[in-house]
Amino acid sequence: MGTTLAEIVYEIGGGIPNNRACKAVQTGGPSGGCIPADKFDLPVDYDSLSQAGSIMGSGGMIVMDDHTCMVDIAKYFLDFLEDESCGKCFTCRVGTQRLKEVVTRISRGQGKEEDLELLQDLSWLVREGSLCGLGQTAPNPVLSTLRYFRSEYLAHIRDRRCPAHRCRELITFEIDPVLCNGCGACVQICSGKAILGEKNKPHIITQAQCTKCGACLEICKFDAVLVH
Amino acid sequence: MVHITMNGRAVEAERGSTLLEVARFYNFPIPTLCHEDGLNAYGACRLCLVEIGQPPKSKLVAACGYRVEEGLKVRTNSERVQRARRLLLELYVATCPQSKRIQDLASEYGVRQCRYEAIDGQPGAPWDPKANCIQCGLCVRICAEQMMAGAIGFAGRGKSRHVARPFGMTSEQCRQCGACLYACPVCELRCQGSTAETLLCNGCLNFSPVCFQSYNDAMCFLEPCHACELSGPFRHEVGLKVSALQSAPQKAAPSTGELK
Repeated sequence: MGTTLAEIVYEIGGGIPNNRACKAVQTGGPSGGCIPADKFDLPVDYDSLSQAGSIMGSGGMIVMDDHTCMVDIAKYFLDFLEDESCGKCFTCRVGTQRLKEVVTRISRGQGKEEDLELLQDLSWLVREGSLCGLGQTAPNPVLSTLRYFRSEYLAHIRDRRCPAHRCRELITFEIDPVLCNGCGACVQICSGKAILGEKNKPHIITQAQCTKCGACLEICKFDAVLVH
Repeated sequence: MVHITMNGRAVEAERGSTLLEVARFYNFPIPTLCHEDGLNAYGACRLCLVEIGQPPKSKLVAACGYRVEEGLKVRTNSERVQRARRLLLELYVATCPQSKRIQDLASEYGVRQCRYEAIDGQPGAPWDPKANCIQCGLCVRICAEQMMAGAIGFAGRGKSRHVARPFGMTSEQCRQCGACLYACPVCELRCQGSTAETLLCNGCLNFSPVCFQSYNDAMCFLEPCHACELSGPFRHEVGLKVSALQSAPQKAAPSTGELK
């Protein structure tokens, strides 16, 4: 109690692997909120966390680096909460389903700017109108990401772009012909048989067959796979 | 007797009565979808939300299940309650746009837009008892509490929760009395029929009733809406044929699968 988030993440936890930048910490389990890295001097206690839009909850923490898309995170937790709702209160049952529907729409690049207002309104209703704690905290993932990472939502909506390169519908994989030396590792790992090319010659990704799984990105030792 | 303040007015209530009963007794309107006199309070539709306590520590509770307490301050029509009702009804319209009761409530409580997509992709989809059920639980409760049968109940949870018969078969308990159908608040179809092209009707806000575009019969057996009341005396002037008596809008055919 009272230890700051920075102490927990950098001193106790040992920082972020591979020297990446820390983006946010999600506290309190699925119905908690995301706290951005610039608020890391926040002491971990009930009042400070709820003021920052999160909860103490189960006490769990998920630390996320700059490869995490906040829209994707909101979608992930909503998926969990939608399943966990018992379904009695209309606001919680239908509210979480509709929240997920709108967030999914945004993550696919089909969102409108009005959707952000809709998310705010619907989140308010689910929080105010539900009987138990699950419904009352269920909109937290949406509300906190909207509060601190609004620009990321706007990038998905206005530019049809996922800044963290996470939302599959909004990214494309390509191979840099200069960096690729044609080792063939990506050809073998690709489960969709989307990568073509001969040994020792630059490979090419067939976009129609690419499932955007990211396996080629992970296996390439020469950083020749680019994500747009 | 318990003394409470309702909308700024000091009122007396019997010990053990609910906020909804008190509000209705003193004529403060509160909309409901899952409440019926004679059945246990359920609190699932959330439409009867009222604000209790003093701001900023006030909160919204379901009036149908909240019992009166000495000195309680209740507001049944505060800005917060109105906003919750409007947003709720918008959600209800998107879930079950074919229901007349929901469309009427939406018009009455100021819902002027529906920002959600239709539940099965298109607004004009026919009434589907599974997809469009709002799960108010009235059918389940009337079957168990009034008919003493308990032939239907809720199965599943979360998004897969639905009204079902045991093992998907009609049990011996079911006498096919039809009480479940009688209790259902949403299977009475909206005036334009189930396949109207828009999610939100708002027909009651027009001076010419929308039902006349669908039925050339002025004998309507539905509850009158604002449009009927306003244009009723002028029906002949707007040239509508009153004589052609056709069948009145019917209740939606009950699901042969689930509510038998």
